Amino acid sequence: MSLPEEEAGPRVPSAERLRRTRIRKRQGEPRGWRARMEREQKRFESGELPALRRIVCEQGLLSRPDGSASWMQGDTSVLVGVYGPTEVKVSKEIYDKATFEVMLKPKIGLPGVYERSREQMIKKTCEAAVLGTLHPRSSITIVLQVVTDGGSLLSTSLNATCVGLMDAGLPLNSLFSGVTCALDADGNLTLDPTAKQEKEARAVLTFAIDSTEKKVLMSSTKGTCSVEE
Amino acid sequence: MKETPLSNCEKRFLLRAIEERKRLDGRQCYDYRNIRISFGTDYGCCIVELGKTRVLGQVSCELVSPKPNRATEGILFFNLELSPMASPAFEPGRQSELLVKLNRLLERCLRNSKCIDTESLCVVAGEKVWQIRVDLHLLNHGGNIIDAASIAAIVALCHFRRPDVSVQGEEVTLYTPEERDPVPLSIHHMPICVSFAFFQQGTYLLVDPSEQEERVMDGLLVIAMNKHREICTIQSSGGIMLLKDQVLVCSKITGVKVAEITELIQKALANDQKVRKEGGKFGFAESIPNQRITAFKIEQSPIDTDDVQEQAEEIIAKATPPSEALANPVLWAPGTAQIGEGVENSWGDFEESEKEEEEIPEEKSPTTEDQTMEMGDTSVGTKNKKDETIVLSDSEEEDVIILEPEGAQKNRAETSYKQDITSKKTGSKKKRKSYSHKKH
Repeated sequence: MSLPEEEAGPRVPSAERLRRTRIRKRQGEPRGWRARMEREQKRFESGELPALRRIVCEQGLLSRPDGSASWMQGDTSVLVGVYGPTEVKVSKEIYDKATFEVMLKPKIGLPGVYERSREQMIKKTCEAAVLGTLHPRSSITIVLQVVTDGGSLLSTSLNATCVGLMDAGLPLNSLFSGVTCALDADGNLTLDPTAKQEKEARAVLTFAIDSTEKKVLMSSTKGTCSVEE
Repeated sequence: MKETPLSNCEKRFLLRAIEERKRLDGRQCYDYRNIRISFGTDYGCCIVELGKTRVLGQVSCELVSPKPNRATEGILFFNLELSPMASPAFEPGRQSELLVKLNRLLERCLRNSKCIDTESLCVVAGEKVWQIRVDLHLLNHGGNIIDAASIAAIVALCHFRRPDVSVQGEEVTLYTPEERDPVPLSIHHMPICVSFAFFQQGTYLLVDPSEQEERVMDGLLVIAMNKHREICTIQSSGGIMLLKDQVLVCSKITGVKVAEITELIQKALANDQKVRKEGGKFGFAESIPNQRITAFKIEQSPIDTDDVQEQAEEIIAKATPPSEALANPVLWAPGTAQIGEGVENSWGDFEESEKEEEEIPEEKSPTTEDQTMEMGDTSVGTKNKKDETIVLSDSEEEDVIILEPEGAQKNRAETSYKQDITSKKTGSKKKRKSYSHKKH
């Protein structure tokens, strides 16, 4: 799995970079990035580049949880609420680190096996990123609510979780982000696929990558693909 | 997790304020909090904010066979969920008393008031009817859940469009949204709940209690009414005696409030409709205010993947097998990687393979690595330098490299894997950096 992780790696910083440039724009700092942005935009419009869909996020929108965020990638939208560190049930208590509880709520009906597996993936990713040892014998509860599913749900959930954890002010050793890519029958790569693209794709791969060492925290693959892909 | 209790001081403070006809958030006694309605990209999806209370509503439909005693009526199903996101006191998967009460009230308000024409949901009498399911998720508990939930439910129902069907003889055809425009539900009227909180045995009355006010109130009266001033449901709880006049006053206030809210809902629906028709942008992303410091948007962002190909090549060239750092279980494809002691070397026998790997740096034998193979097929690259080392790379979902320092077994391994090798890249040979960390 050495290749895809590296392959996906550089993209995250570039998304981050764009993000930062946007922030800079708002703060009125130097604007040397503009030419590059325009160039990239031009190339993107000509259809050469795969692109992430529009990202919109909002933090601290709920009053009750300690941290909350809403993250939207295109049509996919996930809302997250983070409680923690708080008291933990004795049965779940871990004496040297925090207990993570992740709940993923589907929009329609009750959570099933699919949600459970996603919960586990997100939980493991959080355990890797959050410094749980700083909060022993306490619980960190993450509640995710799917608002709209338009593809790349897992990566959206991961991104939402990260923003939510930040908003809750929990100590993290690195940030993390999720990227989903889909490979179609001809081997073309689509970043951040929509639900339709995901359905048509030969393989759908999702990675969680941390921001400091660009290591893969979690990966999930569906369908067949070769190692280089 | 338990709810933080309200202290006696806070309680007394609140009650004193109420006696002085003041409220913590600066409202008058009969004021509603601000209502904000936003719609999602799907039909039948909305978020209603009532002050800080937030409810997500989603309507879905399904073709089912009807109940035997009501063969010509569609089925309406309501499900309000108190997500733990809304308040730490809500436990997942437990039907609390409050939840049961709220769900029942919602059903009475919306189903029993016959606001939805269930007969129009019938496709084939006695065989196929639409089941309309309304899922409501409480996202943030800021008090007065029932009002927010009832608004969310009726807005989602009004916004919803079901797929069109046609019946020809016995055959039922379901049209996708591309083939035929989905049809809205037929809604007779819009019942909306309005809650009143009573304090001091009914002396003081507040409309739309907030969460803290709910905790100190003595009794609650919920009136569901439509804009024609018809009462759909009325429920008094909390065990206080209300005078006839009080109920009349409340119903008068309800009439005014319901008219306001209905107007707002209709405006919101018309607005969304207009935007959709014009092909503009809609959905939750649009409803997030731009100027807020906590909110942030980036437009569709191009990602430079030009150099990915080269990078990929480079990475392939450098590719080192994942070492112990990769804690995931090893997946060995059938028919591969039986090295070392032979058959006993079974699934994920890590210790052994690690030991063998560590021997490499001592021998200083450059090894190669292969890549490329068809999926499902394992590639095994064997390269032999100084007739000492065999490297077998089994790259499936996780790469596993097992190194066999014994030359004697080389032949065996090679012969058994030759047919599996689809391509072999001998060009790039790199020393494995990953092994230099530890000496045996």
